[in-house]
Amino acid sequence: MAAAPSGMKNFYTVIGAVAVVGLGLLGWQLSRRSTISIPANVVVVPADTAGFRGYILGSDSAPVEITMYADYQCPGCANFDIVTFPDVRTRLIQTGLVRWRYRDFPLSSIHPYARLAQHAAACANDQGKFWPMHTLLYEGQPDWASGGAQKQFRKYAGIVGLDVDKYDACMASGKYAGRIEASYQEGEALGVGGTPMFLIGGRLYEGMSYDQMKHLVDSLIAVKSGK
Amino acid sequence: MKYRMAAAVLALAGFFLAAYLYLYKIGRIGSMMCGTGSCEAVQLSRWSRFLGVEVSLIGVLGYLGLLVLALVATRPALDAVRWPSRWLAVLSGIGVLFALYLTALELFVIHAICRWCVGSALIITLIFIASALDLRRFRGARV
Repeated sequence: MAAAPSGMKNFYTVIGAVAVVGLGLLGWQLSRRSTISIPANVVVVPADTAGFRGYILGSDSAPVEITMYADYQCPGCANFDIVTFPDVRTRLIQTGLVRWRYRDFPLSSIHPYARLAQHAAACANDQGKFWPMHTLLYEGQPDWASGGAQKQFRKYAGIVGLDVDKYDACMASGKYAGRIEASYQEGEALGVGGTPMFLIGGRLYEGMSYDQMKHLVDSLIAVKSGK
Repeated sequence: MKYRMAAAVLALAGFFLAAYLYLYKIGRIGSMMCGTGSCEAVQLSRWSRFLGVEVSLIGVLGYLGLLVLALVATRPALDAVRWPSRWLAVLSGIGVLFALYLTALELFVIHAICRWCVGSALIITLIFIASALDLRRFRGARV
């Protein structure tokens, strides 16, 4: 039996109300400038990688280069950065034995805030504060890994002394999404399957202790110097 | 007729829900409103694409199709006609099977539950139930 005219009127009223509420909620979500996400499905263009080979520490003349592929939301990477990296930095990098290259390898499928964190670090790099931001991101990982990441990163931006307005503009632009994806694709092409992973002397190594890394660096230096 | 109307309202709600998920996926919406669920883990997993297409986009198009069909079905001239109910039941039935597949992935493969996806599964199931109830009007009839 067809609905009475009043029934149709009620139906159109309900449909209209749902449409207004739905459009309103979507519009509100789209207009929330305070929320930022860094898309993974970006098309990498040459400008994303031009002249950028990662975040580098150490001398250009160091005999060994170590490239670390890492994800800021990965607990193993945080553990490496907090426990092992200080030794690596003072005893291998600062002594001129190693040039360190840090590359983004965000495992977005299991770490939803990884790309946002990598982007926050890239924005800090714009103001010359990559490494302080990098350290804070790892040290604070338990505070943001389960939520509130964007707010926490903004707090770190203030702590490391960034111009927060410039940081906000950089984050809102998402301008490093392509570069992060390019780094990820580079790692994938090399065979990086997890994090942290290190490319040393043309080979990939999974999470290493300081002693293992030192031993390997010494061996590579010995081979290079013909000892 | 009331079941077709219910299907239309539900399809519109499902359309907005799927659109929200799709806008998030293409980076137009920041962090998801998810409460205690694991929406981002699910939405950013490799299972969020099906045959190379974003699952949320499939949802947007699917709900849009159901909405148009249900709105057509509510025209008084089609009230006594069976085909709109049959097509609503067939399409929403496919949707229910797809939702079951996605829910199984969440539970057994991704090990995370997105409450928006649960909401969508509920909506498509209700559309199917409404369509099936509407089809009952035509039992024994050949219209």
